[in-house]
Amino acid sequence: MNLKAIFASLFCGALFGTGLVVSGMTDPLKVQGFLDITANWQPALMWVMGGAVVVTAICFPLVLKRQQPVLTYRFHLPGMAPVDRRLLIGSGLFGIGWGLSGYCPGPALVTAAINASEAMIFIPAMLAGFWVAGSFCGECQPGTADQE
Amino acid sequence: MSAFFDAYALVGGLLIGLSATLLLLLNGRIAGISGICANLLSLSYSGKNIRGALFLLAMILAGGITYQLMGDAVAMPREGFPVWLLALSGFLVGVGTRLANGCTSGHGVCGLGRRSWRSLMATLCFMTTGILTVLILRISGVLV
Repeated sequence: MNLKAIFASLFCGALFGTGLVVSGMTDPLKVQGFLDITANWQPALMWVMGGAVVVTAICFPLVLKRQQPVLTYRFHLPGMAPVDRRLLIGSGLFGIGWGLSGYCPGPALVTAAINASEAMIFIPAMLAGFWVAGSFCGECQPGTADQE
Repeated sequence: MSAFFDAYALVGGLLIGLSATLLLLLNGRIAGISGICANLLSLSYSGKNIRGALFLLAMILAGGITYQLMGDAVAMPREGFPVWLLALSGFLVGVGTRLANGCTSGHGVCGLGRRSWRSLMATLCFMTTGILTVLILRISGVLV
């Protein structure tokens, strides 16, 4: 049991959850306001994605110059699969779901600690969706996973 | 149109980016929430899944505590949202992110940081259908 790696996971998770709430991503009305390109457009959440991607775009290449991570023996990175129908259909369906309620997976889970009455509907439905897609469409091929 | 700049959004985004960077640097993992969560359904007690479960647990707890600490700076929980819409939405998010192998975090934050072509396509795709969906909700009067 790699205790340091466990603490790293806890710390990173706490940082992630804090960021989600501070940024406003856990407010589904704000998310829908961001996706609303009519006169009501609320551009605020652009800064969330912008801020996060600036950090990863600068830091990821530097991190990946290392031979291995600090606490484990190798990086677990997605392979370089081509863009396929499964990716586009999946992302398209995800966007529809995201727009319908204003929740994507991270904020939806955090909502368990904020708005339990919505989380108790959304999260089981999302888990069912994971299970259905995993069971009927097969797991992703080794080396093509975008995350592990 | 509401205020263009939002310091909370920017700071929150930087924290998310920092978290993703540290997880990659320390544990060599991509901070993709849908992937971490879906992997837990396998019910295997691998080190990967234990660390993933703890990541999510810490995320939920820290999020809840932050929400309490922020007081008036965050909106009250939404009430009265149609249950069928929540259920349909959750199901589509689950199926879609599993098929696409990623969500806003895995493709949006981490994938774009890795300059992944697949992640860029995925992000453009879910942004587009998200915008269209909200547009339809507005036009049909479900959202006011």
